Amino acid sequence: MKKLFAIIFSVIGLVSMIPNIALAAGQKAPPLVVVAYTKGLSGLSLWWANLYNDNMLLFTILTGCITPVAGILIGFIADYLLSLTGIDLTKRELAEH
Amino acid sequence: MDWLYLHMPISGVDLFWPGLVILGLGVGILGGFYGMGGAWMITPGLNILGFPMAFAIGTDIAHMAGKSIVSTIRHAKFGNVDYPLGIAMMLGTMAGFEVGAQIVMFLERIGKVDLYLRIIYLILLAFIFATVLLDYAKLKKKEKLAKEKGEQLDKLAGGVTWYKTLHKIKIPPVMTFKEAQIRVSLWLPMIVGFVTGVIAGLLGIGGGLIRMPALIYFVGCPTHVAVGTDLFEVMISGLYGTFTYTWKGRTELLAVFVMLIGAGVGAQFGAVATKYFKGIIIRVLFGSAVCIAALSIAQKLIARIYDIKWLDDVSTVTILGGLSILMIIIVAKAVAGMRKEVQMKKMGQA
Repeated sequence: MKKLFAIIFSVIGLVSMIPNIALAAGQKAPPLVVVAYTKGLSGLSLWWANLYNDNMLLFTILTGCITPVAGILIGFIADYLLSLTGIDLTKRELAEH
Repeated sequence: MDWLYLHMPISGVDLFWPGLVILGLGVGILGGFYGMGGAWMITPGLNILGFPMAFAIGTDIAHMAGKSIVSTIRHAKFGNVDYPLGIAMMLGTMAGFEVGAQIVMFLERIGKVDLYLRIIYLILLAFIFATVLLDYAKLKKKEKLAKEKGEQLDKLAGGVTWYKTLHKIKIPPVMTFKEAQIRVSLWLPMIVGFVTGVIAGLLGIGGGLIRMPALIYFVGCPTHVAVGTDLFEVMISGLYGTFTYTWKGRTELLAVFVMLIGAGVGAQFGAVATKYFKGIIIRVLFGSAVCIAALSIAQKLIARIYDIKWLDDVSTVTILGGLSILMIIIVAKAVAGMRKEVQMKKMGQA
C-alpha cells in the first residue's frame, strides 16, 4: 500500500508537467463561466455552491482530495463485503497469457 | 417520487440518482474487468439521464479516478499490476499524447477533422476486434495440435505472439518486469506507450481501449497483468484530470459521489471477476466490447452523414444494450466461480 501511494504521488508530479494527459473523455473544454445558482439551497449544499462561486482554488483542492479518499473508502467497504462471501481475495490461480 | 431525484448544487439540475448508481455500477464492473476508464461507455448513459454536458467530462473523469484507485488496489493484491512497466508506458504515453494533440490541431486547419477521426477510430476498433478473433483462432489451433500430440499447451502460450519478435530487439537498457514475467528493452514499452499515446491524443480518448491490447500483443504482458497495469495508468491520468477539469469548473462532486457508490463496488467486483476468467476469454469479451463500440460509432457516423435522427438513438441503444449484456455475462460467470470456490473450500475443511 505504501509503495502504491509513493508511486501515485511521484507520478502525479511527473504527469503534471504535461497538461494534456488529462484526456480521458476526449474533447477539450471550451472557455465557459458557470455560476452556481444558490437560491433555495441551504446547509452544506449552500456552502459548497458558494465555495464554487467564490474560491475555485479551494473547491478544486477539496474535490481533488475528496474524490480519491471516497474511492478508497468505498473500495474498502466493497472489499469487506466481498470477503464475507468467503472467497480468497489475496491471490488468483490463473496466470496465463 | 421526489426522493428519487437529487438536486445538484453546482449545475442546479435535479438528477435521477438510482440511474447514476446503476450507470456507475455497470461501468465500474466493465472498467475493473477490462482495465479501462470507460469514458466512451459513460457519456451515452449520462446523456440519457439528462446530465448537463458542461459538467459531464469533469464528473466522468473524477468518478473514473475514484473507481480506478479501487480496482488498481484490488488488482495489485492479485499481483496484476506491474508498476515499473506502467510508469515506462506512461512516459511514452505522455509524449505520444502531446504529439497526437498537435496533429489534431494541424488537421483542424484542413477541416472535416471530426469525420476523418471517427473513420480512423472505426478502422482501429475493427483492427483490434480482428486481432482478438485471430488470437482466439490461433490459440484454439495450438490447443488442438497439442491435444493431438497428447501434450498440454503452456499456460503462457498466446495465439497472436507479435511480442516475441519485438522481444528479440535488445536495445539497452534491458529490464526484467517481474509481474509481467518479461525481460525486454525498456524502449519497447516506452515506444508502445508513445504510439498508443499518439493514437489516443489523435482520437481524443483516454486510451485504455488501445493500451490494454497493446500491452498484450506488443509488450507480451499476460492478460491479467495488462488489465491491472492499464488501470494503474488510468488512475494516474484520472487523478490529474480531476484537478484540471475541476479547476475549469466542470465537476459536480455530488454526482461523482453518487456514481462512485456504484462504481466503487462495481470496480471491485470487476477486478475480482478476472480471477474466474481465462486470459483468452477476457480478450474475447474485450473484443466483443470493442465490436459493440465500433457498431455504435458506425451508426452515429451514418446518422450524421445522412442526417438520420433515429439512427443516432439506435447507436445509444446499441452501446448501452450491448454493454449490459456483456456485464450480465461477466457477473453470471464470476458468481458461478465464487460459488464453486466457496464450495471447494467447504469440502476441503470437511
